Amino acid sequence: MKKKHKKRNILPGFGLSMGITTLYISLFILIPLSMVFIESSKLGWSEFWQVVTNERMMHAYKISFATSFAAALLNGIFGFIIAWVLVRYRFPGKRLIDGLIDLPFALPTAVAGIALTTLYAQDGWLGQYFMAIGIKISFTPLGIMIALMFIGLPFVVRMVQPVLENLEREVEEAASSLGATKQQTFLKVIFPEVLPALLAGFSLAFARGLGEYGSVVFIAGNMPMKTEIAPLMIMTKLEQFDYAGATAIAVVMLLVSFICLIFINLLQKWSRKHELQDE
Amino acid sequence: MTVDVSKYGENRMQYVTHKKKQVNWTKRILVTVMLLYLSLFLLVPLVFIFTKAFEQGAAVYFAAITERDALSAVKLTLLVAIITVPLNTIFGVAAAWCITKFQFRGKQLLLSLIELPFAVSPVIAGLVFVLFFSPRGVLGPLLTDWGIKVIFSVPGIIIATMFVTLPFVARELIPVMQAQGSAEEEAAISLGANGWQMFFRVTLPTIKWGLLYGMILCNARAIGEFGAVSVVSGRIRGMTNTMPLHVEILYNEYQFSAAFAFASLMSLLAFLTLIVKSWIEWRTEKEQQV
Repeated sequence: MKKKHKKRNILPGFGLSMGITTLYISLFILIPLSMVFIESSKLGWSEFWQVVTNERMMHAYKISFATSFAAALLNGIFGFIIAWVLVRYRFPGKRLIDGLIDLPFALPTAVAGIALTTLYAQDGWLGQYFMAIGIKISFTPLGIMIALMFIGLPFVVRMVQPVLENLEREVEEAASSLGATKQQTFLKVIFPEVLPALLAGFSLAFARGLGEYGSVVFIAGNMPMKTEIAPLMIMTKLEQFDYAGATAIAVVMLLVSFICLIFINLLQKWSRKHELQDE
Repeated sequence: MTVDVSKYGENRMQYVTHKKKQVNWTKRILVTVMLLYLSLFLLVPLVFIFTKAFEQGAAVYFAAITERDALSAVKLTLLVAIITVPLNTIFGVAAAWCITKFQFRGKQLLLSLIELPFAVSPVIAGLVFVLFFSPRGVLGPLLTDWGIKVIFSVPGIIIATMFVTLPFVARELIPVMQAQGSAEEEAAISLGANGWQMFFRVTLPTIKWGLLYGMILCNARAIGEFGAVSVVSGRIRGMTNTMPLHVEILYNEYQFSAAFAFASLMSLLAFLTLIVKSWIEWRTEKEQQV
């Protein structure tokens, strides 16, 4: 016990680093975010409820949830395929593609927004082909989904990739030498191993999609009751100087993100447990 | 491919070649799916930005990026990045140091708090600072008395960007420092080095790539942040207009070529980020192999 205590104290800088960390977190995260809850308490309960559940708002939540969910789901499927291809196969240009995956993290969202909007517009490079088969993308919920798919693409790939890399080939070889078919090996050996990371990537993409503003605001068209997303409603209220209303919506969205965050943490714990069991 | 027949026997060899053929088919399909998906979402948009930017010729392009408001947007964005990146680097190093080298209660909570800005919508990030600093906000009257303007002004933009980019450096450093352990630092201290000597001669060389990685990601986000900044900026041309906001203004004014010209400039910055990032990954891989 005494030894442990001594060991803990030999490195310097705990006070300084802890001080800086708490200072930053209080100044930039805790105090500002607590403002949301203080400001919204200025509204009475019934008024708060009315702001966050009025018809236009309900439409906005619906659009936000549906598009984020669909985008995260598609990214889950294709992200898994991309991670699989990048880990398992060799092909020319692999390094380049691997580097390109992170583009949505590096490209400003506004740039992505205007590019996707013009591309998928009715007369755009890609939009005209979809229009020919009767699908309108820009300025519809479908467009919002496209923008969110762009934004969320790296999350699933980057969560699944390291897990696939660390997967031991011996386990698969054992499965196949014990008579498992390829499908069985995939479904019963590989997939359960990757599932926590896949779900964590899905939730990260979903959470990011719910809050995303920059890329969506251009492609959405922002028509009330049709293509308005929840973050845009905060923006609209702010422009009308309705701070209390904006804050009420922010409270709802913050609660949803906290739930997502808790879920992601649990998944990561589960994923780590998986790894420990293997060792 | 050569198969050692003597080892496997006839049946086994058939099985192996059969399997090989199938793998090739799945590979071909999966690689095609990936390339299609990535072209649709990454490659085509990128090519499109540059094509659109040069649509009306190089003269229009250069006029768009050297115009007075454009230059002031570039200047403001660089100022924001120059201030936020070092400040967040200090935070990232401090946070990673106390989290990875010491045991204390509430560590998990602290980790979650550091990641919080990633889960919060950028619009909400802007909103909280409006609630705090605007004339009708908590500190508003005080700031008005002192004659300090935060919202619709440069300090507000910097503060909102700080919030959004806070986790980047810490997030990259924590796993690196965790993997490193603290044996080397403990040795330095017991051999009589002081805290700063230990940090600059032992810690910093081992974390330099992780640190640089976090900093360029932080920088990319600081330059590109749109939602939070657009809430607090007020979009005053030539004064509180950052690069992404300038793109938005041009686009909304139907000056598409100019908007895409400016956007292509930011895409080049994004490319640069990706290249440095890949280079760092390549370096660390190489160092690990040695």
